[in-house]
Amino acid sequence: MDNKGTPSVGVKINRRQFFRISAAGVGASSAALVGVMPTAAQAEVRQYKLTRAREVRNTCTYCSVGCGLLMYSLGGGPKNARAEIIHIEGDPDHPVSRGALCPKGAGLLDFIHSPGRLRYPEVREPGSNAWKRISWHEAIERIAKLMKADRDANVVDKNAEGVPVNRWISTAMLTASASSNETGIITQKFMRSLGIVATDAQARVCHGPTVSALASTFGRGAMTNSWVDIKNADFILVMGGNAAEAHPVGFRWAIEAKKQRGAKLVVVDPRFNRTAAVADHYMPIRAGSDIAFLGGVINWLIAHDKIHWDYVKAYTNAAAIVGEGYSFDEGLFSGYDAEKGKYDRASWSYELDAAGNIRTDPTLAHPRCVWNLMKAHYSRYTPEMVTNLTGTPQDGFLKVCELLGETAVPNKVGTILYALGWTQHTVGAQNIRTMAMIQLLLGNIGMPGGGVNALRGHSNIQGLSDLGLLSTALPGYLTLPNEKAHPGFTDYIAKTTPKALREGQFNYWSNTPKFFVSLMKWFWGDKATKDNNWGYDWLPKWDKLYDVLQVTELMHQGKINGFIVQGFNPLASFPDANKVVEAFSKLKYMVIIDPIATETSTFWQNQGESNNVDPAKIQTEVFRLPSTCFAEEDGAIVNSGRWLQWHWKGAEPPGEAKGDQEIIGELFVALRELYRKEGGKVAEPILNLSWPYRDPAAPTPEELAKELNGRALADIPDPKDPTRFLARKGEQLPGFAVLQDDGSTLCANWIFSGCWTQAGNQMARRDNTDTGLGNTPGWAWSWPANRRILYNRASCTPEGKPWDPSRKLIAWNGEKWAGADVPDFKADAAPDSGMGPFIMNPEGIGRLFCVDKLVDGPFPEHYEPMESPLGTNPLHPKVVTSPAVRIFKSDRERLGTHKDFPYVGTTYRLTEHFQFWTKSVRLSAIAQPEQFVEISETLAREKGIAAGDWVKVSSKRGYIKARAVVTKRVKALTVNKQTVHQIGIPLHWGWEGVAKKGFLTNVLPPAVGDCNTQTPEYKAFLVNLQKI
Amino acid sequence: MIRDPKDLKRYNASERANHWVVGISFILLALSGLAFFHPAFFPLTQLFGGPVWARILHPYVGVLMALAFLVIFLRFKHLNRMTAADREWLAKARNMVDGNDHDMPEQGKYNGGQKVMFWVLALCMLLMTLSGVAIWRAWFGFDITVVRLGAVVHAAAGAVMIAMIMVHVYAAIWVKGTIRAMWYGTVTRAWAKQHHRGWYRQMTGK
Amino acid sequence: MALQSLDILRRSATTTPPPGVRKGVEVAKLIDVSACIGCKACQVACSEWNDIRAEVGSCVGVYDNPTDLSAQAWTVMRFAEHEEKDRLEWLIRKDGCMHCADPGCLKSCPSPGAIIQYANGIVDFHQENCIGCGYCVTGCPFNVPRISKEDSKAYKCSLCSDRVAVGQEPACVKTCPTGAIQFGSKEDMKDYAAERVADLKRRGYEQAGLYDPQGVGGTHVMYVLHHSDRPELYSGLPANPSISPLVSLWKGFAKPLATLALAGVALGSLFHYVTKGPNEVSKEIEDEIEAEDKEGTK
Repeated sequence: MDNKGTPSVGVKINRRQFFRISAAGVGASSAALVGVMPTAAQAEVRQYKLTRAREVRNTCTYCSVGCGLLMYSLGGGPKNARAEIIHIEGDPDHPVSRGALCPKGAGLLDFIHSPGRLRYPEVREPGSNAWKRISWHEAIERIAKLMKADRDANVVDKNAEGVPVNRWISTAMLTASASSNETGIITQKFMRSLGIVATDAQARVCHGPTVSALASTFGRGAMTNSWVDIKNADFILVMGGNAAEAHPVGFRWAIEAKKQRGAKLVVVDPRFNRTAAVADHYMPIRAGSDIAFLGGVINWLIAHDKIHWDYVKAYTNAAAIVGEGYSFDEGLFSGYDAEKGKYDRASWSYELDAAGNIRTDPTLAHPRCVWNLMKAHYSRYTPEMVTNLTGTPQDGFLKVCELLGETAVPNKVGTILYALGWTQHTVGAQNIRTMAMIQLLLGNIGMPGGGVNALRGHSNIQGLSDLGLLSTALPGYLTLPNEKAHPGFTDYIAKTTPKALREGQFNYWSNTPKFFVSLMKWFWGDKATKDNNWGYDWLPKWDKLYDVLQVTELMHQGKINGFIVQGFNPLASFPDANKVVEAFSKLKYMVIIDPIATETSTFWQNQGESNNVDPAKIQTEVFRLPSTCFAEEDGAIVNSGRWLQWHWKGAEPPGEAKGDQEIIGELFVALRELYRKEGGKVAEPILNLSWPYRDPAAPTPEELAKELNGRALADIPDPKDPTRFLARKGEQLPGFAVLQDDGSTLCANWIFSGCWTQAGNQMARRDNTDTGLGNTPGWAWSWPANRRILYNRASCTPEGKPWDPSRKLIAWNGEKWAGADVPDFKADAAPDSGMGPFIMNPEGIGRLFCVDKLVDGPFPEHYEPMESPLGTNPLHPKVVTSPAVRIFKSDRERLGTHKDFPYVGTTYRLTEHFQFWTKSVRLSAIAQPEQFVEISETLAREKGIAAGDWVKVSSKRGYIKARAVVTKRVKALTVNKQTVHQIGIPLHWGWEGVAKKGFLTNVLPPAVGDCNTQTPEYKAFLVNLQKI
Repeated sequence: MIRDPKDLKRYNASERANHWVVGISFILLALSGLAFFHPAFFPLTQLFGGPVWARILHPYVGVLMALAFLVIFLRFKHLNRMTAADREWLAKARNMVDGNDHDMPEQGKYNGGQKVMFWVLALCMLLMTLSGVAIWRAWFGFDITVVRLGAVVHAAAGAVMIAMIMVHVYAAIWVKGTIRAMWYGTVTRAWAKQHHRGWYRQMTGK
Repeated sequence: MALQSLDILRRSATTTPPPGVRKGVEVAKLIDVSACIGCKACQVACSEWNDIRAEVGSCVGVYDNPTDLSAQAWTVMRFAEHEEKDRLEWLIRKDGCMHCADPGCLKSCPSPGAIIQYANGIVDFHQENCIGCGYCVTGCPFNVPRISKEDSKAYKCSLCSDRVAVGQEPACVKTCPTGAIQFGSKEDMKDYAAERVADLKRRGYEQAGLYDPQGVGGTHVMYVLHHSDRPELYSGLPANPSISPLVSLWKGFAKPLATLALAGVALGSLFHYVTKGPNEVSKEIEDEIEAEDKEGTK
């Protein structure tokens, strides 16, 4: 019976009538004949498995979208039942994720229950080939002794000039970007008290350049807008990132903009990627040529007058006059010292008047005003030059220019979503700077639907950056003192407290002393007094940046003995992994704190070709301490939109695993005990460290979160009304505006102040009321001061009215600024006060010319990657690569040339996986089980490679073997009249986990980093390819 | 039943055993096959220990039947060549059915109707075997179109086969004195003379 | 088994109408291929919710993994690269059960209650009644059901009938990051699809359209396609699916006709016997033989 074209209802009736006949005729008789009829089982659906399961809210531990989770556990919560998480799904109330989860998040259950979870403390004795289970007590005791011995032997108390530096270099530490703020801050306290400056978090290998670039342009180094706000865009450019792949749930708002506003989505990427699959236009580009492309956009915008003039004139430094010493010639800015390979940046500055204010020419006629310098600088970036350098077809490039140019009007807004495709280059910060400049020119900063949106990687890498868990940083983007620049407290305050460069600016960093002194009070408690400069001398002082490349180099030279690795897999993450293995092999001891088995923890194991070492020859003592994962702890993590979201524990950790705070607490208590009993070198910072936690061996998330917010140590009188108090002694502070520089307030991270006030835990709030344009200020808490869109003052005209009335976020109501968002401005500063919208900049305006804020130039310039497929730079053949690059001699020797390694390799992540974690997650391994590389059909034909074949990809530094994905999505490009093939290399594999074993992709890229932040150049290097 | 030494030997023991292997297999197959064919017959699966067992056993029994049938086929195919007399018999088959068999042409060991039955059953068996293999998922994985065709052919050939066998069985019941040929192997001379005179002459020389 | 879910439209191998008085909402899942990024969240969420885990496979040179549907993989993403007029498109389709209004699997199934079509449109397999014959595979125009190698039962997407039964959306729908999968009443889904189609047409996809094939009476899983005129571009989505004529013949006409025919043969034989009587050896021949015997004994 074929029911073609018949509506379903009709079918039903026909069939029923028909069955009545046949049933009567045959069915009944035969059933009667046999005399049996099976029980008429009807049809019940599968039992709903969550009916009475306990539901707990949490936040996804993977990327920085920070999706809401509902975790369901077995057992109703009685003491006699041990909760077991049986299911995780999205939290439909969450304003960003709205119930959705990406493939990784959807498989979180298998992360919690991964066979790779660590259950007991273990040690691998020197030369041994196996783990040995030990007790927590033994582990902590042994580690504390090793640390103390190394510290006593190597800590530097004073430098040659006699400045107390309290620096301990010979033990390095990495911190965990998936751990909570509370773990992060206690780790910060622990490390700095010991004098550790050789420390980094994953920010170093991912979004370091974002902070440099955005802070040097706008004043803060964070994603300017929020995830949901992307829906307000009319135009979305995805470049230097692959938002759909890396942040699928955040990307929903780009799709929403397409659906609801008819927004256009354009992707510029070396590969036609998953974002391109849903884009209106896709343009290929050669990896490592983004500045050429974006510089060309600037040139085009200027040439075609697609400039938001009112915005540019009022809110940028276009009119500022630059000092006479500045120049740019043949690829070099003024002040270059070829010998040191560094710039003296003194000439990259504004011309100031007698009062110390910037001289400007509002007519933009002055030849040395920023506008004219910029115009001249980018005049070389013609469309022809762009195509020649990038390989992007010219019509495609012009299409992007036109679409971007359309947003130069007040009622059209464009946004840019980027990630590591821009950061992981020697010119990483400058890539981002170029786009930041474009967005200023188009008037898209501070606007709903606009901004420069850095899509952060790890779930709390934003938080760890905010907490200063980087070599030279302190919480709240304060700098750790430098031994030369800040030998004493007064030097520090003087150099970190800027003066306003224009009249009437908010110049928020003028409050630095309040932030810093409150931080010192948190560090040292009552021991920090005005007389001892708040314990300033106890802080470690850095001599140079100990980024991960520097630390690896020192390890490789045998100058580092100890390595504490908290929730990080450096062997897989750092570039030139073969060098990293050699470096690790020279360590005396290594401590791994992780929920899951990592390659780092088993670097001493022979894994055949992928890690060909001899365990007997490796004398490193390796401890492996099992920690909890997100599901087994309370705490807050910060998403890319700067939301601090509190999460709750759903179950106990497996085996003997402990929380990170407890592990750090026990270690600190053991060390302090050793110093108390035995004494030791530079013991004061340890003995004087404030450690006021109820159980010193296990500080709680609540205690630490409250310290992050800060509290009053004395009554804080209201300066406007002496009879009132801003806060009484012992109370939680309402926000950072109340911080004092006289020691009467304590605050671990000023930008988080406001997260746990007298009103309670603001991060735990879950009111998702939309106050307009998708703003949900009642959901969790956002730094700074719960502002959701940074620089939102710039969404209004200088007169205080929204540029686009349909996009009203805040406005001046005659008395103050108010609206859907918290104003990122002095609330009562009238529009005519002359205060600029970029309140963190001393000039109050956005920087097209970023003066001396970056080490490699005030304007971005195209330089080739360190391994260039061209071997030249058509813009200035004498200066091929960035002149400000720092590269160690041993690493320079490991660079290849395009003659031996003719193809451009670029590494990236796949949406099915998260870094090197999810290969231990069955559900993720099923979705993408085996290592592969992506090559074009042209290259495959040349090499006789078919889809699914095994290939070997090699660089000067090592090789990997993987399957070939032969695809139309990668195309050969014509660059500088030669054919450039690019090879895409996903990086998720290794030897630990349930996925197919693979090679560490990071054996391929070179150990050289972004000039400003040393974030390694994973995105453009040279490789060869061969079929095996 | 009186056994008479002068009865004529129609089937030897081996032939009878062979027939009954086929026959029993057929019954099992028909019962289980019908159960999958129409829901009205589904309860028949209970005879096999439930539907899953019925599904598992059916094809194996099928293999047995196909093999046993093949032997029968080889044994009897030379006796089933159609002749002019068979065709005449078939033309007058209607009289036969009406019980009016006086002027039927003289038949050998098998009459035209039996021969047609033989060839139709053989064809059905071939189709059943081939289509059965095509839809036997436990062992084979053919292209979906082949499987679909197999399902139709299997069902159709099965239905024809069942109908033929019903006729076969009924004919044996209707024509008295027939069934004993498959029990004891012998028939009376009178039976032979009446229904298969040619064969009777051949056997008795009369 | 308790008779709690009585809102049933059809039940496999059942000749009498199932309880079906109550009428609920007819539901549908809409997959907007133009918004799908192929992230596989739906795949993972499906496996997570349904407690199934496929084998960890291999890379076969494409992004597809698992490479095919299986008893442990009820939905998979299929990736197709299509280049036309110098424009590359990556057409990514979530494959799985379409929940046909006229389900070929149910039509083919010989086991009473192994396949159920609920009044809300969901076609669900009940493994406890499944006999493992594979007829559902034969009957499906979309090649969806899979027989487990472990228990020889048929499995496929249930449209999360357990979730829908308690008022939730299917797991894949909830998790879809980009909102490419939507769920609601079939009517609402058609309206939403119309909006999406209009948007796609504005963006230059003149052949954009809804895939709700009428050959199977429409489906409760529908696609919005940019090229609805060529659904086969999407990893072989059939252009005009219908229950194969062979299957219709087999489980349609053949079933009752053959049954009646067999009954006819049986009854015909019976009536033949009672009307015509047995065919016995005639008296004359008996006499002839007797006479011969006497002659012989002489």
